[in-house]
Amino acid sequence: MGGDYDEMWRGLGLDLPAHERLLELLGGYYREVYLSQADRPRAMAYLDAVMADIHGGRVRELQAARAEGRKVVGTFCVFVPEELVLAAGAACVGLCAGAEVGFAEAERLLPRNTCPLVKSFFGFRLARLCPFMAACDLLVGETTCDGKKKAYELLADLAPTYVMEVPQAKRSADRALFREEVRRLAEALEALTGRRITAEGLARAVRLVNRRRRALQRLARLRGADPAPISGRDALLVNQVAFYDDPERFTGAVEALCDELEARVAAGRGVAPAGTPRLLVAGAPMAVPNWKVPHVVEGAGAVIVGEESCIGERHTRDLVDEAAADLDALLDALVDRYLRIDCACFTPNDDRLDHVVEMVRRTRADGVVHFALQFCQPYAIEAARVRDRLDREGIPMLRIETDYSMEDVDALATRIEAFVETLG
Amino acid sequence: MGRRGVDAVGIDVGSRTVEVVAVAAGAVRVRRRAETAFDYLDQVRRMLSDLDFRSALATGYGRHLVAKELGIGAVTEIRAHAAGAAVLRPGARAVLDIGGQDTKAMTLGPGGRVLRFEMNDRCAAGTGRFFEVTAQSLGCPLEDFGALALSGADTVAISSMCTVFAETEVVALRSRGVPAADVARALVASVAGRAAAMLRRVGAAGEVVFTGGVARNRAMAEVLAGVAGLPVWVPPEPDFTGALGAALLAARPRPGKVDPVPPRDEAARNGPPGTRCGEPGG
Ligand code: SF4
Ligand code: SF4
Repeated sequence: MGGDYDEMWRGLGLDLPAHERLLELLGGYYREVYLSQADRPRAMAYLDAVMADIHGGRVRELQAARAEGRKVVGTFCVFVPEELVLAAGAACVGLCAGAEVGFAEAERLLPRNTCPLVKSFFGFRLARLCPFMAACDLLVGETTCDGKKKAYELLADLAPTYVMEVPQAKRSADRALFREEVRRLAEALEALTGRRITAEGLARAVRLVNRRRRALQRLARLRGADPAPISGRDALLVNQVAFYDDPERFTGAVEALCDELEARVAAGRGVAPAGTPRLLVAGAPMAVPNWKVPHVVEGAGAVIVGEESCIGERHTRDLVDEAAADLDALLDALVDRYLRIDCACFTPNDDRLDHVVEMVRRTRADGVVHFALQFCQPYAIEAARVRDRLDREGIPMLRIETDYSMEDVDALATRIEAFVETLG
Repeated sequence: MGRRGVDAVGIDVGSRTVEVVAVAAGAVRVRRRAETAFDYLDQVRRMLSDLDFRSALATGYGRHLVAKELGIGAVTEIRAHAAGAAVLRPGARAVLDIGGQDTKAMTLGPGGRVLRFEMNDRCAAGTGRFFEVTAQSLGCPLEDFGALALSGADTVAISSMCTVFAETEVVALRSRGVPAADVARALVASVAGRAAAMLRRVGAAGEVVFTGGVARNRAMAEVLAGVAGLPVWVPPEPDFTGALGAALLAARPRPGKVDPVPPRDEAARNGPPGTRCGEPGG
């Protein structure tokens, strides 16, 4: 269906032949990972449609909004408060990138041993393959890990980029700093859109984003059933699409999916037989189309029942307090909520250990696959603390570190199969 | 030639060699090995052609394809080596397997259950392949490499685990006039150091059962014991441990023999879009 969008893509400066090949490969991989699954929930049809049209329909919506004077803001991390973007009248898209695309170009700027997430967003940009990034009027980065922090300095030469500071600890001085950064971002967004962020506007945005979070929380809870009503691949996809779909429509689709899953659970129907080994994946984000680990894990005869990850529960666990009355109180509520995020960039980060254990218990997982992207120090190093804690709780853990390439899938599969065998 | 009736067969399709072990009444009846052929499926069929068996399990990197084609089950090398080691050395609590292209360390619980394991990923650093290549650059046949290393002294160190870089180091040491025996010893020590680190990561304490083809190298066990500070035990036919374990697991009465994991097809290997599409000129 590329044809109808060519005009738009050309207008966004994409490299059309290369982009065409990308979509073909993506389509093939999607069929292999997703459409090959047996007994998928019918409501996943919405996600299939979104994926089939991944660079089309939603980009067209964003372009139409831009034609009416709305702005589009791209983000790379769950620390950037989406509510502010929406309250300023802009649309927000998450740009995390999960494909080994344009790495040759990216490596002209970045060291080879850079985390694939960072390399990927550069690759998409430099190889002119991401219509979402091209449609953004502003990219908002953050000072989380060093790789990203320094990469945004380079990105600023390629696209309008704004960087907000995220502290590395959660003491009162850090909170004050983040509070100030949230205010500064609000100003920058107002300057971009020419619209004031009002208490009513922000409260509305808070309610909208909370609704989406609640829908995703409901999905997370349903996965606690045995047999699991939905595969980990499908649930990951839902969490991935959450970052760029229209929030209102997406929330409706997730609620519909949950209704169907509820009926499945009541009927004792699942994607894998009851008693199938259940695993929690914990760690770094897996962005579209990085389905490598769930594909291998579920190919090894296990089912994934939760993602302790930014594309997963780190994004949906906490709600913003809706009771706040004025703008200042709303901004405080945002700060409180965002500082609860337990990213490995923080020190200390003990809350994360509690959350992993809590998720294992709630999802009734038999073990944890700790996932770090290659060259990601925060998660790779924190894995040792997660292991210690899980050891004490008697929860088995397998630690893996991998990137977006396919060269290690066989070795990865062997380790994951062996881990699954140890659970039996 | 008559066909031989046995209870169960284990087939270990490794990257360098294929081993077949057949057991009957709890004892090993047949042991066969061959270098892994390109068409290893056909090769496995030939290796089994005169055996009548009730059940079989495949292990090793070719396990899924063999399992699918023969309609049998599959287990990972990790489980197979654990099962083999637990029978060869009752009460074994730690196993190190160094095969042609990978290294695994594991700790075992009662009954040979795997408690924790580590495995190298991606490259063949510090495996059988490493010795094949470096022995060659020392001009020493692989069979004699262990004896050569045993006669050497600890005068030099090899710092690289990468097969290609280590070969360069060997060439440099040789040109400095370091005796071949000392270089061989250094190569063994570097692999042993890496294996010992893996054993530490899985929490091995007490005797280590050392399996896989590299365990045939007599120097390895000796140096490893020193580096790891743990006693090391090598079974008589260490490279058959995986096939033996698979055969023993196959001999157990267990339901649902068929491998639940389909062999990875090409699409999975090609993976997400990629590698090609962002390249210059694309
Ligand atoms: S892992 Fe940390 S830096 Fe990365 S997206 Fe999540 S919160 Fe942001
Ligand atoms: S995965 Fe790790 S290295 Fe990569 S961007 Fe996130 S925190 Fe940074």
